[in-house]
Amino acid sequence: MSQEIKDILQAADPANVATINFGPTHPSTHGIFQNILKVDGEKIISSEQTVGYIHRAFEKLAERRPYNQITPITDRLNYCSSPINNIGWEMTVEKLIGVDIPKRVQYMRVIIMELARIADHLICNSVIGVDAGALTSFFYPFSEREKIYELYEEMSGARLTTNMGRIGGFERDFTPVFHQKLQSFLKTFPKAFEEFDSMLARNRIFMDRTKGAGPISAERALSYSFSGPNLRAAGVDYDVRVMSPYSSYEDFDFIIPVGVNGDTYDRFMVRQEEIRQSLRIIEQAYKNLPEGDYKADLPDFYLPPKADVYNNMEALIYHFKIVMGETELPVGEVYHAVEGGNGELGYYLISDGGRTPYRLQFRRPCFIYYQAYPEMIKGLPISDAVLTLSSINVIAGELDA
Amino acid sequence: MEKQNNQEYLTAVQAAFGADVLAHEEAFGMLNIEMTPSRIHDAIQWLQQHQDLSVNYLTNIAGVHYPEAVGREFAVVYQLHSWKNNLRLRIKGYLPKENLHITTITDLFAGANWMERETYDFFGIIFDGHPDLRRILNMDDMDYFPMRKEYVLEDATREDKDDRFFGRNNNEL
Repeated sequence: MSQEIKDILQAADPANVATINFGPTHPSTHGIFQNILKVDGEKIISSEQTVGYIHRAFEKLAERRPYNQITPITDRLNYCSSPINNIGWEMTVEKLIGVDIPKRVQYMRVIIMELARIADHLICNSVIGVDAGALTSFFYPFSEREKIYELYEEMSGARLTTNMGRIGGFERDFTPVFHQKLQSFLKTFPKAFEEFDSMLARNRIFMDRTKGAGPISAERALSYSFSGPNLRAAGVDYDVRVMSPYSSYEDFDFIIPVGVNGDTYDRFMVRQEEIRQSLRIIEQAYKNLPEGDYKADLPDFYLPPKADVYNNMEALIYHFKIVMGETELPVGEVYHAVEGGNGELGYYLISDGGRTPYRLQFRRPCFIYYQAYPEMIKGLPISDAVLTLSSINVIAGELDA
Repeated sequence: MEKQNNQEYLTAVQAAFGADVLAHEEAFGMLNIEMTPSRIHDAIQWLQQHQDLSVNYLTNIAGVHYPEAVGREFAVVYQLHSWKNNLRLRIKGYLPKENLHITTITDLFAGANWMERETYDFFGIIFDGHPDLRRILNMDDMDYFPMRKEYVLEDATREDKDDRFFGRNNNEL
């Protein structure tokens, strides 16, 4: 804490301290969570968060659902990048049952996950612009995100809660339309993105507003188990994609951008650079997309095509067994983490061999780093608290599970 | 320096904590160590401060309920990560349902605060020394701990979802 902030806190006269609500339904909380702020004039003296407004008991729900029915639950964690959640969960189950995933599936997953990361970061960064008063830069990237959603739609039929992929691979191969749309996206996106970047990154007003807003030191961020862009903005280069590569991330050449001060501007810049890196990864993966099947040979988990179910006894049996949840599963405990839009998204799965998980815990990065929020906004004006909240990208779905 | 592996971690923890290491196994490449619950705080502190083992990151804390394991009904699972050696490990402590107390690790990791509150909220495990142990995701006036296995989720009358037909016999809780 800087001397200036200490002075502000000491000078606070109890007679001037007001208690105000920031949320639960406030336009700039971008979700439903409450902060009770104690303020002296504009300066925040202390704050207390209440979370859980959209708690849907996912962990309890998961104990009652067969593995393939848990994928749609994961959609609703960080709904700005659902495919990462879906695929992370599928990989967890694959790790439990020990299956080799074809290289093509791995590359396809990388492409989808990086598209999701771009969509996630685009929203977060343009929302930082909104909270700093720049609406144009919010509407502008929406047409780009729309293109990503069209790609999701092509692969899964859905746009937001995608239920992307299946245990063992994808529901369908990249369609001709997908190829065409992806190629055109790769061509047009960089230019549009750099235009978006030029609106904010070196904008004097934006920089003045965001520099020094909601800083956190690397040491505190680590103690709070930060991960993802928020941790990297504080200068720690931890990225699950590099630390424990999954889905062939080791094949790709990309860098981990890091910040210095851990403030809103650094978080913005880290996300901007990550978008460029994601684009690089997609280009590499798409260029080197291996031939092969879009799914693993996994009849116990992967639903057979409907036409086969009606015509082929074996397919019918597998279909029945999967739908009724009669597949045998290994007993064991597995933890699998992926680099989600907000950081290390982990699945801790305990299987007792039954058709549903015995226990499934989601390591939700939002939930873990949001507890540092009071510390980050102490002594700052309320307007900075708003910016900080949007820049740490708290997604209510992931926060509350 | 060469990177340490699971075996070296296990040996080091066993050497330092001896009889408090109750069991260990390697599950899917990840080291699991079961310890006396009262010693877990010290073990995590020791691992955190150790030069070579250097367990610097708390991944998460999970509660688990095993209603059939008499005397060890509840488990608290700490998943830790050493970035220096890129090694993840799990430390577990089993608690009897009559005495659900374990020492907090909020003094070691600031991030443990909400993780412990969540575990308390769902399982009723009490973290001694926690600065603010309240419910977090559920309502304050809730009078039970919903993740315990005795609270069956839904559609208890639906026969097609009955676990007994699918190789699991823990319905009579």
